[in-house]
Amino acid sequence: MVERTPFLNFFTHLILFVGFVFCVAPFVVVAIAASHNLRDVNDVPMSLLPGSDFWVNIKTAWVTAGLGPKLLNSFIVAGGVAAGKVIISALTAFSIVYFRFPGRMFIFWLIFVTLMLPLEVRIVPTYAVVANVLSPYQAILDVTGLSWLIEKLSGVQVSLSLGLLNSYPGLILPLVATATGTFLYRQFFLTVPDELTEAARMDGAGPLRFFIDVLLPLSRNNMAALGTIMFLWAWNQYLWPLLITTDQSHAMAVTELKQLIPNVGGTPEWHIAMAGTLIVMLPPLLVVVLMQRWIVRGLIATEK
Amino acid sequence: MEKRVTFSSWTIGILFAVPQLLLIFTFFYWPAGQAVYWSLTLQQPWGGGNIWVGLDNFRSILANADYWNSITASLVFAGISTGLAMFIALVLAALTDRQLAGSRLYRVVLIWPYGIAAPALALAFRFILAPEAGFLSAINRMWPGIWDPGLDGADAMASIIVAFSWKYVGYNFIFFLAAFQAIPRSLIEAAAMDGSGVIRRFWDIQFPLITPTIFFLLVINITESFQDSFGIVDIMTSGGPANATNLMVYKIYSDGFKGLDYSGAAAQSIILMLLIIVLTIFQFRFIERRVHYG
Repeated sequence: MVERTPFLNFFTHLILFVGFVFCVAPFVVVAIAASHNLRDVNDVPMSLLPGSDFWVNIKTAWVTAGLGPKLLNSFIVAGGVAAGKVIISALTAFSIVYFRFPGRMFIFWLIFVTLMLPLEVRIVPTYAVVANVLSPYQAILDVTGLSWLIEKLSGVQVSLSLGLLNSYPGLILPLVATATGTFLYRQFFLTVPDELTEAARMDGAGPLRFFIDVLLPLSRNNMAALGTIMFLWAWNQYLWPLLITTDQSHAMAVTELKQLIPNVGGTPEWHIAMAGTLIVMLPPLLVVVLMQRWIVRGLIATEK
Repeated sequence: MEKRVTFSSWTIGILFAVPQLLLIFTFFYWPAGQAVYWSLTLQQPWGGGNIWVGLDNFRSILANADYWNSITASLVFAGISTGLAMFIALVLAALTDRQLAGSRLYRVVLIWPYGIAAPALALAFRFILAPEAGFLSAINRMWPGIWDPGLDGADAMASIIVAFSWKYVGYNFIFFLAAFQAIPRSLIEAAAMDGSGVIRRFWDIQFPLITPTIFFLLVINITESFQDSFGIVDIMTSGGPANATNLMVYKIYSDGFKGLDYSGAAAQSIILMLLIIVLTIFQFRFIERRVHYG
């Protein structure tokens, strides 16, 4: 649009520049603090010129917080959650959109409700379930009298138990158990023309064949967007991993940041803390930069 | 909207939904039901089982001044941080939507905060806002004691609001930008030809068209401020000083897992759930009326 508004343009640039600084400043401060030594980082005010200890600090933070294996755990959990959501949501959406069965709307609402209550507010009982993931099923057997019956008939006392604390399934499955992706797929499947389904059926393709050969290839964009958003979301989880990983071998990178908070007594080691922060910030930031287009598309689609 | 062409073998159809149903039963509905049950019972110490106490847990929580303090802190936090994050993001998105040199660069960078984990940005801001180190230390040297989130409740609240808003400016920006870009250029150009200025066009055309996005983000931001704040509080203030930042989700965690009061924590979870649901319904009823859907 050709319009001469020099005054407004000047203001636009000014405000955007302030916004730019506002967004970038924390990253810059973290990076600079991570390059100082103990004395310089506690200088008042801290120098904004980078110091020379960047790699030393990165290495110290890496070793102190054991970030290597924890970053690997983060990748496994975030990748697992992303894959789980992408696959399970596609299956469910296919079921809801392409079949007519009794109770279909009931299932739809069962799934929809899960969007209302995030993990944080049901954290205490979810913890109990993960401590023994079969406890709901044991309770059903007990209440319905089935375990009594089995004990009478076979003499075997039923006690189902499977603990998932400190395990990858325990970290991943509860995070997969909401419906965020299902509605994204549902919206998309509804836009797929009926003619495609008819053609596939005429060619003799069953539902499974149609799903794998027609529907999934068409939803590549959705999968990329959903996978990216879920990867970021899972990578950034904090409360859940903090609770269920008492054993260091399954801890995630984000929860280890707490160990880097400087102690109150003594000179605070902010340079190490900031080096660790930088390491943990970097992978999701890279994902955002690389997948920017997909994130925007995916978020727009979830909104509808 | 429904499909005309469907598959007839509906048993196969149900099978496709089974994995999700099993997952949400085990990790969603069962724990949610358990939360309701626990909130109505009292767990006896030393494994004596549960005794039914009805609404006693709720009574004792609601009689506790600490709990009301936690509700107030959560509402203050939600109100201010949502307002800030939405207003700043709206201004930035409206401005980057204009075609100017450098808009693309701004768009790329302004999305960055979206990817950063709350605890990571919390640790970064804890350093940036530390009274004795980093940046603000200079201000504290000039006016000693003017800023100390470790001792002053208001300062601590300001710290967590800054950190939370920073992240959600990035989040909101993506949605606002998408909403602005969805407005047909021709509409704005036509108005420009009729001689209406930039500000007039914003209020008469763009703003009404993005009200659904504003509404959607309002719901999301407020809901998230009750949940996603956990990592920020845990890293920056641990609920202190003197409970000034002991937000509801943090209190559930500390009462339940540090204080081992499962019944009390479950009752608080139920209240938080109800609060979120009431706020969502309230927003739907009173704000959605003003929303223009295209």
